[in-house]
Amino acid sequence: MKRTIKLGLGAALALSVSATAVLAENVKIAFIDPLSGPFATTGTNGLAEFQFAAEELVNKKGGVLGGTNFEVIGLDNKMDGKESLINLQVAIDQGVHYIVQGNSSGIAHALTEAVNKHNRRNPDSQVLFLNYSAVDPALTNEKCNFWHFRFDANADIKMDALTDVIVQNDAINKVYLIGQDYSFGKAVAAAAERDLGAKKNTVEIVGNELHPIGKVKDFTPYARKIVASGADAVITGNWGSDMVGLGKAIIEAGFKGPIYTYYAASNGITRTFGEAGAGTINLVGEGSINPSSSPEVDEYIAAFEAKYPDHDIAQPRIVNVIRMLAMAIDEAGTATDVAKVASALEGMEADNFWGGKIKMREQDHQAIQDVYVMQQTAGVKHTLDNSEFGLETVVKVENASADMPTTCEMERP
Amino acid sequence: MTDTYQKTATVTKAPVFSMAQVAPWVIAVIFLMVLPIAFGSNSAITIMNQMMITIVFALSYNMLLGQGGMLSFGHAVYMGVGGFFCMHLMNIVEANELPIPLPVLPIFGGLFGLGLATIVGSFSTRKAGTVFAMISLGIGELIAACSVIIVAFFGGEEGMPGDRTYFLPFFGTEFLRQIEVYYLIAFWTVLSALLMYLFSRTPVGRMANAVRDNPERAEFLGYSARWVRFFSFCGAGFFAGIAGGLFAINYEILTETNLSTTQSGIILLITFLGGVGFFFGPILGAIAFTLLQSVLSLQSEIWQLYLGALFLATVMFFPGGLAGVLMMHVPAARMGRLGWLVGPYLRTILPALIGIAGLAALMELLFHVRHSATGDTDMTLFWVTFDSHSILPWIVAIVATVGGIWLARQGAPKLRETWHRANTPGAAKTTGGAA
Amino acid sequence: MDLVVINLIDGLFYGLLLFMLSSGLTLIFSMMGVLNFAHASFYMLGAYFAYQISMYLGFWMGLLIAPLIVGIAGAGVERYGLRRVHQYGHVPELIFTFGLALLIEELVKFFWGNNLMAYQEPEILKFALFSVGANAVPAYKVFMIFTSIAIFVGLLYVLTRTRVGMIIQAALSYPRTVEALGHNVPLVFMGVFGVGTALAGVAGVLAGPVLGTFPGMAFVLGSIVFVTIVIGGLGSLWGALAASLLLGWLTTFAASSSFQFADLLNFFGMTRPEDMSESYLRDLWSLTLPQIGPILPYILMVLILVFRPYGLFGKRDV
Repeated sequence: MKRTIKLGLGAALALSVSATAVLAENVKIAFIDPLSGPFATTGTNGLAEFQFAAEELVNKKGGVLGGTNFEVIGLDNKMDGKESLINLQVAIDQGVHYIVQGNSSGIAHALTEAVNKHNRRNPDSQVLFLNYSAVDPALTNEKCNFWHFRFDANADIKMDALTDVIVQNDAINKVYLIGQDYSFGKAVAAAAERDLGAKKNTVEIVGNELHPIGKVKDFTPYARKIVASGADAVITGNWGSDMVGLGKAIIEAGFKGPIYTYYAASNGITRTFGEAGAGTINLVGEGSINPSSSPEVDEYIAAFEAKYPDHDIAQPRIVNVIRMLAMAIDEAGTATDVAKVASALEGMEADNFWGGKIKMREQDHQAIQDVYVMQQTAGVKHTLDNSEFGLETVVKVENASADMPTTCEMERP
Repeated sequence: MTDTYQKTATVTKAPVFSMAQVAPWVIAVIFLMVLPIAFGSNSAITIMNQMMITIVFALSYNMLLGQGGMLSFGHAVYMGVGGFFCMHLMNIVEANELPIPLPVLPIFGGLFGLGLATIVGSFSTRKAGTVFAMISLGIGELIAACSVIIVAFFGGEEGMPGDRTYFLPFFGTEFLRQIEVYYLIAFWTVLSALLMYLFSRTPVGRMANAVRDNPERAEFLGYSARWVRFFSFCGAGFFAGIAGGLFAINYEILTETNLSTTQSGIILLITFLGGVGFFFGPILGAIAFTLLQSVLSLQSEIWQLYLGALFLATVMFFPGGLAGVLMMHVPAARMGRLGWLVGPYLRTILPALIGIAGLAALMELLFHVRHSATGDTDMTLFWVTFDSHSILPWIVAIVATVGGIWLARQGAPKLRETWHRANTPGAAKTTGGAA
Repeated sequence: MDLVVINLIDGLFYGLLLFMLSSGLTLIFSMMGVLNFAHASFYMLGAYFAYQISMYLGFWMGLLIAPLIVGIAGAGVERYGLRRVHQYGHVPELIFTFGLALLIEELVKFFWGNNLMAYQEPEILKFALFSVGANAVPAYKVFMIFTSIAIFVGLLYVLTRTRVGMIIQAALSYPRTVEALGHNVPLVFMGVFGVGTALAGVAGVLAGPVLGTFPGMAFVLGSIVFVTIVIGGLGSLWGALAASLLLGWLTTFAASSSFQFADLLNFFGMTRPEDMSESYLRDLWSLTLPQIGPILPYILMVLILVFRPYGLFGKRDV
């Protein structure tokens, strides 16, 4: 990796300044996510988590391959597919072999497609795509490829866990599904319908609604319909301001039951819901920090909060990305031949930092891990948004959906 | 730019081009040919590709705004739809192994852009001004909203991917490498720019200017303002579609963001930044904007703030944009007096730049102190690393800001005076000029 | 039936909120002849200022002070920005407000960050005033409805019954003559701009707790406000009111309806295809009215512009 990088134009020139400033031996990980614009909070939060994990869990413990450090480079994709592809190109030119991305399945689709093409066309500078948060099931099913690994539980797995909880709750007989009108929102609704029908067909789906993403100003009419339908619980895949708008409207309209969500925490959401969300907002995800599984986790969170007071451990899986990548590189004995690293990562079983085990399934590169259903509560140890509220585990589903079928037909090089 | 002497002649006779008109095009072609030799890395080529696509798009937008006086808030739609059609065509070619080589693909993008523009233009160009602007906004919002609803065509949120390499090899190239794509895009950029330039010199192009400036008078001369606007609109749609086709080839994916109103807003910004009054203005705007976006977004998290400020400053102080500022110097240059301005410029603009840099440094400092991790007090600005929590950098930044702006204000009257003198035929260079 | 009643109330609430924004915008339009793209940005500023003030002095002081600050800021923009750009013509003016909207959003992000602000309604109004069926109507919304009605009545009174209002109305139509009569027309313009933006500020203060206070709030509402005044007829206060209420009810009822386009397709004699993945119309078959509710106003606007370019109540061309 000693080749001098000949970069052109101002942009690339500016890049070369930062590229030469660091040690050439570092294993570079390009973080491609929004660092400016409306979704910047999630992006900057994720970058902080990545950098912290690389520093604490790899570099401070001697690095990989006997002394090589990890370096996470943040590239701003402005939540735009085109910009992400430019970032990918810039990263590859800088000698990056690992890219991580998570916000928006749409961009993940664009990236996995581009990475696949790039690796086929340029066998000498291949890259791995470590997806830490894009949960569209298609990425590990019909659209899967050898270079893509997903560390988050996908939308189907999460819904599987969520519906397990719902069918065990006898108070829930009517469920209302509402989501944003795009691939992920539709995937959530379809999964909920399928799982509920299969597990307990006495649970009635009283509404299945999609609304335009980011365009609704006032969610009250939707909330009215939910209340009028007599639903006992609401399931939604909404995120960002759509989540807050919907949640607030539902609670204000007098809805008393639980609201099951995917992304209703952190980035100001927990704080905005505040007291009204306590006991109402439920969230399904991997990695729960209340209660934490070990003192090591407590220490890690405390150190993170001390360094980044404005950020939260909102995406626990990031730690697993860094740890498993380090293990795979050590096992493969190389950081540049990513085909070997990918082979090492395939089927890898490791200790999940947040408790339990995590396995990277061979057939489709989907991580199998414990999935939790959590609830917004006051007075937990690790709070979010610098508020007095946080998420507390209600139910833990061990090795969720380990036997879930996949349609992936992986082509291996 | 508009050469009034030839205006009447062009109605019947093909325009005759002088050496001075051909030269820039030849230089541009040679420049584009050698550029990749100087900057050969893939990322540089990617950025240059983006720049050229933006140039075509911005030029097509200026057919509306600059030449036709029509303010559109939904121009991205034509580029996006053209691109989406190209993408589908690409997939159809791949599936059926049709004998269509990749380089002709943008034509189809253009035709689809033209088709959509013909439909929309048939009712939106009846009026100019606010009616046109609002219809363009409405149509833009509608089609952008459709992009997530009509998944069969737009591919929903994942967008529509494709693969350019399955095409019939074109003289042995399969467009596997970025550099091959570069030359393809360069060819289309020059061709489209040339065609748009020629369009601006046809009778229709000339009448578009007339209708922009004084629709009543144009009507009295026997031209239908509406038809003139309609033709400009269709032309703009066609070239936006070509830009969309190039986009499809370069990125091999189109997503809903291609159609969004944000995209339409950005192209307005680019065109205005470059200058709407001159043909080459949007080219400057596209180059400057792409560079700014790539450089600034790597250097600063608040680059959009700078962009907004720059845009506002352009509207307020240089409504002619970059091209306007450049062309302001033509009279002085003709009289061989550009040299007079060097001194006063140095004395005003240099301090002003320092002042602006100081202000930016203050913003960056403030941002860093507020948003950086605890204990992470090191920050790098202008290639200097320092501690943002110590007092010194703040003092330096404040001094630079205040001092720079003060010095610039001191130099301004002198500059104005010299400027006036340099542009007045027969005026003498005074002793105070640059002595 | 309960749902219809509650939708009427919700639509009224949303319509009146739109009206608080569009009334200011339409006044400004009659004055300058240019749409102020940054109008919704002043709405956002209102919410953020009020949030900041409410942290120290409580909600009510925020409601009082924030619109004032926004109004002063608006007047400043007119005095130092727009008046300068005015000489270049209408298009640069429009572009100026467009750039201003961009800049204000970035400034808000710079100072407050990207996160949602936990801006809450006052405790005293945090209860359900009454219920229609199972649906509760929060007291805060009722308070908002009455506040906006009060503002409308006040505005109408000032414009039509007071001397200041007469001068404003005259200045809008015949600025030269009014100037010749010894009135300071630029000051009138600045004042109207300030009041218009202050109204947007009030809307922001009131809507912030309900609709959320975040950097995208201006963008979300921005273009819909234009749509409102274009539909109502530019420059017409009554038109703005009618269009606001129309859009309020339109979006509310569209969102709560359960109309499916499949019914429409069936009505036209088409049958649902067996294999949906092959059908080009598969998206239409699964489309519902709530899905496209928020884009209905745009369709309405385009139709109105095509068939009646002066809007519902307008007298002159857009």
